[in-house]
Amino acid sequence: MMILSGDPPRSRVLTLVLVLIILALVATPFLFPGAKALNVAAKICVFAALVASYDLLLGYTGSVSFAHTMFYGIGSYAIAIALYGMGPNWAAVATGIVVGLPLAALLALAIGLFSLRVAAIFFAMITLAVASAFQVLASQLSWLTGGEDGRSFQLPELLRPGTVLISRNVLGFEVNGRILTYYLLFAVSAVMILALLRVVNSPFGRVLQAIRENRFRAEALGFRTVFHLTYANCLAALVAAGAGILNALWLRYAGPDTSLSFSIMLDILLMVVIGGMGTIYGAIIGATIFILAQNYLQSLMGVASKAASEAGLPLLPGLLHPDRWLLWLGLLFIASVYFFPTGVVGRLRNGGGDKSADTSH
Amino acid sequence: MTELAATDPLPKPKRDIAPILLPIAVALVMIPLIGSPSTWLTLTAASLAMGMMIFIMASGLTLVFGLMDVLNFGHGAFIAVGAYVATLVLAPFAASLQADSLWMNLAVLAPAALLSMAVSGALGLIVERVLILPVYGQHLKQILMTTGGLIVAEQTLYAVWGPQIIPTPLPTSLRGSFIFGDVAIAKYRVLAMLIGLAVFIAIQLVLNRTKLGLLIRAGVENREMVEALGYRIRRLFLGVFMTGSALAGLGGVMWALYREQVHASMSDDLTVLIFIVVIIGGLGSIGGCFIGAILVAMVANYGGFLLPKLALVSNILLMVAILMWRPRGLYAVTSR
Repeated sequence: MMILSGDPPRSRVLTLVLVLIILALVATPFLFPGAKALNVAAKICVFAALVASYDLLLGYTGSVSFAHTMFYGIGSYAIAIALYGMGPNWAAVATGIVVGLPLAALLALAIGLFSLRVAAIFFAMITLAVASAFQVLASQLSWLTGGEDGRSFQLPELLRPGTVLISRNVLGFEVNGRILTYYLLFAVSAVMILALLRVVNSPFGRVLQAIRENRFRAEALGFRTVFHLTYANCLAALVAAGAGILNALWLRYAGPDTSLSFSIMLDILLMVVIGGMGTIYGAIIGATIFILAQNYLQSLMGVASKAASEAGLPLLPGLLHPDRWLLWLGLLFIASVYFFPTGVVGRLRNGGGDKSADTSH
Repeated sequence: MTELAATDPLPKPKRDIAPILLPIAVALVMIPLIGSPSTWLTLTAASLAMGMMIFIMASGLTLVFGLMDVLNFGHGAFIAVGAYVATLVLAPFAASLQADSLWMNLAVLAPAALLSMAVSGALGLIVERVLILPVYGQHLKQILMTTGGLIVAEQTLYAVWGPQIIPTPLPTSLRGSFIFGDVAIAKYRVLAMLIGLAVFIAIQLVLNRTKLGLLIRAGVENREMVEALGYRIRRLFLGVFMTGSALAGLGGVMWALYREQVHASMSDDLTVLIFIVVIIGGLGSIGGCFIGAILVAMVANYGGFLLPKLALVSNILLMVAILMWRPRGLYAVTSR
């Protein structure tokens, strides 16, 4: 229980599902051969951490930020630019981390001091404005960021797919640099999620929840709410930048589409809402469900679209086209906010008989 | 306290004119910086025209927030829908748009704008009933729901009209400029200014001279009190919401003609722009929204001329500067 900071899943089904997901993620390199499965698993790891950090903001402080992908992008670009400029060595990785993380935290501090001071609703609008300006900036400063093309780079020797650590003859399968990178991603994501769990269960996390429920009362109790909110914003930005670093390391690339685009922001929002706001565990569930659906359902849509157009139905082929994936996401999003505001985790906890477990009201 | 005799008029509320002077001051400061007076006049006219269009789009958003504490993140969808609906009228009548007669052109433009407003307003009705009604008073869910609505609307536009950019060329009689000496002012900008000014005056008249406006202003200040006096503020709000959506649709048509193209993602950039305007003006304030729109347009035009590199972040800098001066925007109307 120590490692979960005294905040277990509190539902048998939920525990089972979480254990299954984690076991599957651990065993992916051996159970499911092929690049696609490993890519999906890596994406789940990265997004679980990213979404958990967003949950700290949305679920625990109740403030909507649209700048989360900006911090994610800062992490991605920092490591990409460092490795691109300094060559594939560990010093470059360290430089990327040392520059990227503080930059994200500082920017979060500046945004927080400006917008959290007034009304919570300002925060959503201002983060949206800042994030869109940042996106334009990243695509315009092409000498630094590579513009729309982004930056591709090489990893240090140890993490390259060509590096064979344990050859096939010893264990029956090959352990190479790619798999090592995957486990690095898995471990760092797990540490970040556990750290977030620790944060939300600390006295600090309780204050955040108090602010979410009633900011005025929290202030009357003597808590400096602006300080707490800004601090939470910085923490979330740090983890998001960390997730961005992992993502760039995995893709060996950072570009506007993979790390900054507004659709990633929507993905994150959807994952939090599906998984369950204010639970941290919801992030893991939400990310898993969403990314599995994104990777395997989207191709189903293509099939359905083709079938519809062959059957000569009007409008339906357009609506079912894989490019219209976002349309269905949007509908799903509205439906889940409306019908399942507590998400999967909230449902499971309530269904598991432990009524007191639902803290989201 | 000074004693007031019964016959004395009530003390007038203090007029806050500093925000009104701000855009004028900005414009005056720019004269020496830009150097050539004719360039300055052209840029100022461009700013005013762009500002009016932004104001038309943003006015609904700020009123809706002020009156009902509802922040509609999907407001940009009404803009895009308005622009697309206008193309339904503009495309089949392209011939009469190309005719060199102001009346022929207007005979197509006016119905197109009216249809856009009607469709956007109707969409506003649906959005209010379906998305916003279930989540009154819950900011978090409002933001999430309306963001979802924006995605659905945008993607539906993509599915129906396809991802390509639709050109919306200006009618012949609105092309070109009025030339005064060496100052050139585009004709369409003059039209945009006139329409924007008309909308602003109409809104101000309704708000300040009619009973409906009195109720709306009272609702912005204290919703419960108006309800307690027996007025159905929900219905009032629905009316304001639909009007705001219709105005956004009108703004969409004007913006489409200004840029001479329509694209489903146009709502994304504009959403950010009108948010900045609404924040600068102070949530809920029409006057603040008007000044904010002009300021944003001025920064875009002057900034784009003087320091093109800075234009990318100039809006953010403007917002930061204004919020440093007045943390709740130029005119803080609501107590929220």
